[in-house]
Amino acid sequence: MIAQETLTPEEMAEIDHEIALVPMRRAAAIEALKIVQHHRGWISDDSLQAIAGYLEISPEELDSVATFYNLVFRRPVGRNIILLCDSISCYVMGYEKIYGQIRDRLGISFGQTTPDGRFTLLPNACLGTCDHAPALMINNELFRDLTEENLDEILDRYH
Amino acid sequence: METPLTQHISFDRPCYNLRDYEKNGGYQALRKALSLSPESITNTVQASDLKGRGGAGFNTGMKWSFVPMNGHYPVKYLIANADEMEPGTFKDRMLMEGNPHQLIEGMIVSAFAIQANISYIFLRWAYKKAGRLLTHAIEEAYAAGYLGKNILGTGYNLEMYLHTGVGRYICGEETALLNALEGKRATPRAKPPFPQVSGLFGKPTIVNNVETLCNIPHIINNGPDWFKSLGKGNDAGTKIYGVSGRVKRPGLWELPMGVSMRELIEDCAGGMANGYGFRGALPGGASTDFLVEEHLDINLDYKSVAAAGSRLGTGTMIILDDHTCPVGFVHNLEHFFAQESCGWCTPCREGLPWTEKILLSIERGEGRPEDLQLLETHTRLLGPGNTFCALAPGAMEPLQSALKYFREDFEKHIDQKKCPWR
Repeated sequence: MIAQETLTPEEMAEIDHEIALVPMRRAAAIEALKIVQHHRGWISDDSLQAIAGYLEISPEELDSVATFYNLVFRRPVGRNIILLCDSISCYVMGYEKIYGQIRDRLGISFGQTTPDGRFTLLPNACLGTCDHAPALMINNELFRDLTEENLDEILDRYH
Repeated sequence: METPLTQHISFDRPCYNLRDYEKNGGYQALRKALSLSPESITNTVQASDLKGRGGAGFNTGMKWSFVPMNGHYPVKYLIANADEMEPGTFKDRMLMEGNPHQLIEGMIVSAFAIQANISYIFLRWAYKKAGRLLTHAIEEAYAAGYLGKNILGTGYNLEMYLHTGVGRYICGEETALLNALEGKRATPRAKPPFPQVSGLFGKPTIVNNVETLCNIPHIINNGPDWFKSLGKGNDAGTKIYGVSGRVKRPGLWELPMGVSMRELIEDCAGGMANGYGFRGALPGGASTDFLVEEHLDINLDYKSVAAAGSRLGTGTMIILDDHTCPVGFVHNLEHFFAQESCGWCTPCREGLPWTEKILLSIERGEGRPEDLQLLETHTRLLGPGNTFCALAPGAMEPLQSALKYFREDFEKHIDQKKCPWR
């Protein structure tokens, strides 16, 4: 199957930069996935084929890498991604209540996106801020010491 | 009490830039190291008895000593394992956000000791602030001539790259980390060959934890005897200890290696939060055995914690309080391990989800009396020697000790056909 999409010159330039740092093209696979996801939000089948072609590996091999990692998205995601820590310290400190409140407020469970595309909600392994549990990240921002009171205000910042 | 690792860390101000770091003695260890032979640095680190702070506790200098130094290997690598993803562990984040140059200096000295010319920081994706600070600090170090070609006029060359992962617990396993850096699925590799001989792209490679590397400049500056004198009992140096859960003051503290568990929980963390009682603790992250009341006076060093049936691990403790269901607690852990199994070997790929399902059914009141036997069988079948790497055996540690110390709680779920905490 021939890819319906090609990489943009900008994407190719960024991937070339990574390829120059490693001894073989395929070693830039994860960086290339990150670059394309950064530009397109997620990795579609067509994007995957285009990257694989550029790295001179099979799409199947690249997909085995893409699907291995938690933060390579092989399905479309919303404009904002909520990563709610569901690991042990946040469990002890009550992340389930926070999850319940997000579900009530946004109407989505783990793995789902709001119909207006505003939020995707995902569980995330320990965010490494256990002395301020419960915690979550939205896009690149970390929020800690979550309470039922401050959660609404945090969600309101994202559109 | 000396606190070399955190002496220049304060979160009331921005972290030190290069100039501030230099003003406070920064990069003096590098200047000293570059005047020594690589072998003598390795010997010094080995003599200091610094043990790996990522969880395994292997002598760092000894690990370095396995790297071939005969000149037949033009390419070698030094990697900082900054993929801190052990649940309940948050110490490396503090070291990187608090003093990025300390890690960079430690890495340059370590790379020089094994004569590596390329170094990577393998940073976990979620550590955005650490990523920004390290990127800036690496740029400063290049501009000052501490990185790049002909470092400080000595003829030694070292490049340093920051690699950000895309999330998977197994990337913290050093051979899986190497596969991730090569752009592959992060499955662990068979050992031997060990990475010291055949690591990244088949070249000799050392992977060290962030906290381990941060100790190196201080050992070079002050010597192995000084480092040994910092520890209280069986082990050398200080350790970043942490406590999370229902205590009055969760946090991190740099303390002499071998401080007692009671001191850490009661003096540093302020004891249990009002209304909560202590039932147990995982002393060093999710993959360590529970310690309970009777262990409160043991010293938190490698040997003493092992003698009590657990592991010091990462030294960051998670408290189980009396308002939290031990079955739910362990189910949460096994859910994590089942999800993060790389799927390479059968016992881990099949056994962990099975374990998780049994625990979930017990937690929901659907457990059968024979399930406890089945869980115990799993702790043996997934234990050391039966799996490709340490993930599944680590996952079994909290489970086997929960079955030992909190057996009544498991039985209550089965007898009452519900979780008594819900």
